[in-house]
Amino acid sequence: MRKPLTFGQGVRDGLPFILVIIPFGALFGVVATEAGLDLAQVMVMTVLVIAGASQFAAIQQMVDSAPVIMVLATSLAVNLRMAMYSASLVPHLGKAPLWQRAVAAYFLVDQSGVMAAEKFDEAPETPIRAKLAYFFGIIVPIAPLWYGATWLGAVVGGRIPESFALDFAMPITFLAMVAPMVKSLAHLAAAMTSVVLALALAWMPFGSGLLVAAIAAMVVGALLDHLRERRVAT
Amino acid sequence: MIGFEDTKIWLVIVLLGAGTFLIRFSFLGLIGDRELPGWVLRMLRYTPVAVIPGLVAPLVLWPQATGGNADPSRLTAAGVTLLVGAVTKNVLAAIICGAATLYLMLWLVG
Repeated sequence: MRKPLTFGQGVRDGLPFILVIIPFGALFGVVATEAGLDLAQVMVMTVLVIAGASQFAAIQQMVDSAPVIMVLATSLAVNLRMAMYSASLVPHLGKAPLWQRAVAAYFLVDQSGVMAAEKFDEAPETPIRAKLAYFFGIIVPIAPLWYGATWLGAVVGGRIPESFALDFAMPITFLAMVAPMVKSLAHLAAAMTSVVLALALAWMPFGSGLLVAAIAAMVVGALLDHLRERRVAT
Repeated sequence: MIGFEDTKIWLVIVLLGAGTFLIRFSFLGLIGDRELPGWVLRMLRYTPVAVIPGLVAPLVLWPQATGGNADPSRLTAAGVTLLVGAVTKNVLAAIICGAATLYLMLWLVG
């Protein structure tokens, strides 16, 4: 018997994510503070953006002194996947009032997007009120702890000595995030393209080599994906 | 360290927040039920694996902390992180193993 979608069920389904959210938020607080952001900047960023990978990307690009437009292009590219989550929720939440959809959009993070789309697809006949309640339930353990953990990291972070090699916290975090995403040959090819071109084009000014590498990698991934689907279809 | 002046940092923060919200709001709020062409959805699916590896590769190979020279401790830590992440699919486990490897290597090799 499938459990009905309620606010409480959402909270319960969101709980396991705190194991990732707390260390990850704290790490962002530490890294951003080490990079030179003050507490207000760290907190406004973490509350406005709530998207860890893009926040790390923005900090890294700023450390590299890329121009603002390049910082934004790279960090926003990391977040484009959320357009996918947004699309996947339209059949379920599309009829809600605009302000509720706007609030849901603000809280559309990896965890809530993936979890909600999965559960809604299993029980599409659930009334929209219950779906919204479930969605906001998932967020309850996630968002406040994300803010809190960032704050803690920012406050403690400035006091960590250099021997802790915190310069490498960001690369390790990125690698840990991206490794589980490599689910197919197409993903692997996209990742390899990105690495090879980014290194080969590192001479290009203002981080523009990374953008070229990312676009080429996306095309490679999409092409292989397309070819595989064709092969399956025939 | 970031060499940006404060106003530029704030500009990045506010625009990144606004842009990210617009991406999240795109379909739910603005585009609605209209279907996207298949190739657009396909490209969107590959954005994280297309951006993050290219962003991180120079940081792993040419770390600033060692003056841009490849460093065995950091390379090993990166390899362990990738391996654990790929095998366990667990982000947290990968971070912990990567960090442990880094400290172990720094302690052994210096």
